[in-house]
Amino acid sequence: MRGMELSLNHTQKLRLQRALESLESFSSATNSNASVTVADSIPVNQEDGVLKGHGTTDLDGEVVATVCGVIERVNKLVYVRTLRARYKPEVGDIIVGRVLEVAPKRWRLEINFSQDAVLMLSSMNLPDGIQRRRTAVDELNMRSIFEENDVVCAEVRDFMRDGSLQLQARSQKYGKLEKGQMLTISPYLVKRRKQHFHHLEQYGIDLILGCNGFIWVGEHVEIKDDMIEDEPTPTKPDAKSNKSQISQSLEEQEQTYTPLETRENICRIANAIRVLSTLGFSITLDVILEIVDLSTKKGLDIHEMLGAEFCVLVAEKEAERRSSSTQKKR
Amino acid sequence: MEYVSPEGLRLDGRRPMEMRQLRAELGAVSRADGSAVFEMGNTKVIAAVYGPREVQNRSQQMNDKALIRCEYTMANFSTGDRLRRPKGDRRSTEISLVIRQTMEACIMTHLMPRSQIDIFVQVLQADGGTRSACINAATLALADAGIPMCDLVTSCSAGYLNSTPLLDLNYVEDSAGGPDVTVGILPKLDKVTLLQMDAKLPMDIFENVMQLATEGCKAVANYIREVLLENTKQLENRRGV
Repeated sequence: MRGMELSLNHTQKLRLQRALESLESFSSATNSNASVTVADSIPVNQEDGVLKGHGTTDLDGEVVATVCGVIERVNKLVYVRTLRARYKPEVGDIIVGRVLEVAPKRWRLEINFSQDAVLMLSSMNLPDGIQRRRTAVDELNMRSIFEENDVVCAEVRDFMRDGSLQLQARSQKYGKLEKGQMLTISPYLVKRRKQHFHHLEQYGIDLILGCNGFIWVGEHVEIKDDMIEDEPTPTKPDAKSNKSQISQSLEEQEQTYTPLETRENICRIANAIRVLSTLGFSITLDVILEIVDLSTKKGLDIHEMLGAEFCVLVAEKEAERRSSSTQKKR
Repeated sequence: MEYVSPEGLRLDGRRPMEMRQLRAELGAVSRADGSAVFEMGNTKVIAAVYGPREVQNRSQQMNDKALIRCEYTMANFSTGDRLRRPKGDRRSTEISLVIRQTMEACIMTHLMPRSQIDIFVQVLQADGGTRSACINAATLALADAGIPMCDLVTSCSAGYLNSTPLLDLNYVEDSAGGPDVTVGILPKLDKVTLLQMDAKLPMDIFENVMQLATEGCKAVANYIREVLLENTKQLENRRGV
């Protein structure tokens, strides 16, 4: 187990082992046969023309794996899906990143990829919401939109010629993320789904599962929809958002105060995600909510969620959940 | 001094063609992209791989392939005497260069242009064969990080004492003054990427010793493959569908 060093006592070790063994028994037999390591030859039907995808190479007519992972076959395409590698981007992925640098007409973001991603100024909505050509004044005011170390949510637009990513943040749901926590987990634990933005009403929290393994848990922010035309364009709130955080008056600070309960919920959800990533289970909204319910039912404090006992409980719960889902399939 | 007894046993009770016990563990450094601890008998080495990531020094950026950097250090407590070794001393620099060239031969750098891969190897316990253990640990760490390689690189050392080729020398046998041959191979492609020797050997005996070391490398390769396969299966099972 990576990440957290847990000191388990003897019974906890046995329980954890038993839970993990029962998990292994639920995985289908085809899965375990498909695991390969570097330089393993991949069984391929030679008569069909085989397309060699990522993670494979040709060695004297044999298809050989270049990474450790699981073989996936889609019609004629054979590729090896890695597990613990860096993020593999695809156009249209929702990602969360951190601003590293403010460069001429662009921001550079760190997104757990082999290079830094670029968010052009032209791919970002201006604060006043008008669609216009970016002038030199806009370029000088870039820092008022995003600064270094800001957390940003964006979408992958395309790949540049040198292999790095270009992002876009044109919709209202993208942009700077505030009042919350960013977590880093392995990208393979986050599956590509239709919905990556989750609004948890019962906790008042926004949860963004970035495809690059960066997860944002924060207080819910109402998204102003650009497309609705009969809403009057508010000028006063825009002026307020343009002011920097330092010069906020006392009333504004009261408005932006996050209540204690919301903050506790943010921490609870973040700890649930941390435990799941240490154990290596996939992270989806249902699983996270189940774990948070489990912790509140057991009456555990938030910091106890990172302890050994809760870790074992989560493993057992996951084993239960998978056994019930395989039984339902049958 | 007798390094091989008349019954054919070495100082630590091994036979001449017997390797020391191997043990490997993945994921020791949680913040690194890939990491591994590799033990050959009493020699214990930890390797951490960071990358592929953005090149830190723009002037060294290569447009068509990845930049590989490697650093070899020995911990103060790794040898019998607690010595503070200066960072850039000649032996460390030489071994860093050797490991970098060995790994560069097998990493598919053209798949990750304009990026950088850092390999940090540190010796925790030194008992002979540290160079080989470092290369094996680096291979494990790179495979753990999911960096594409054309083949695993494994390495083993062999020597010649008391007219017997010995596999996998430990510190006492190494400091006996006899020849020490370190071989690094790509097991599947059956190619040699590293060949070093100190002291002199006649050609025919050298062939025997190198052949012995190559067989040792193949045994290490089998072990490493098993460890990686087990780790992959475990991760995939845990992740679920």
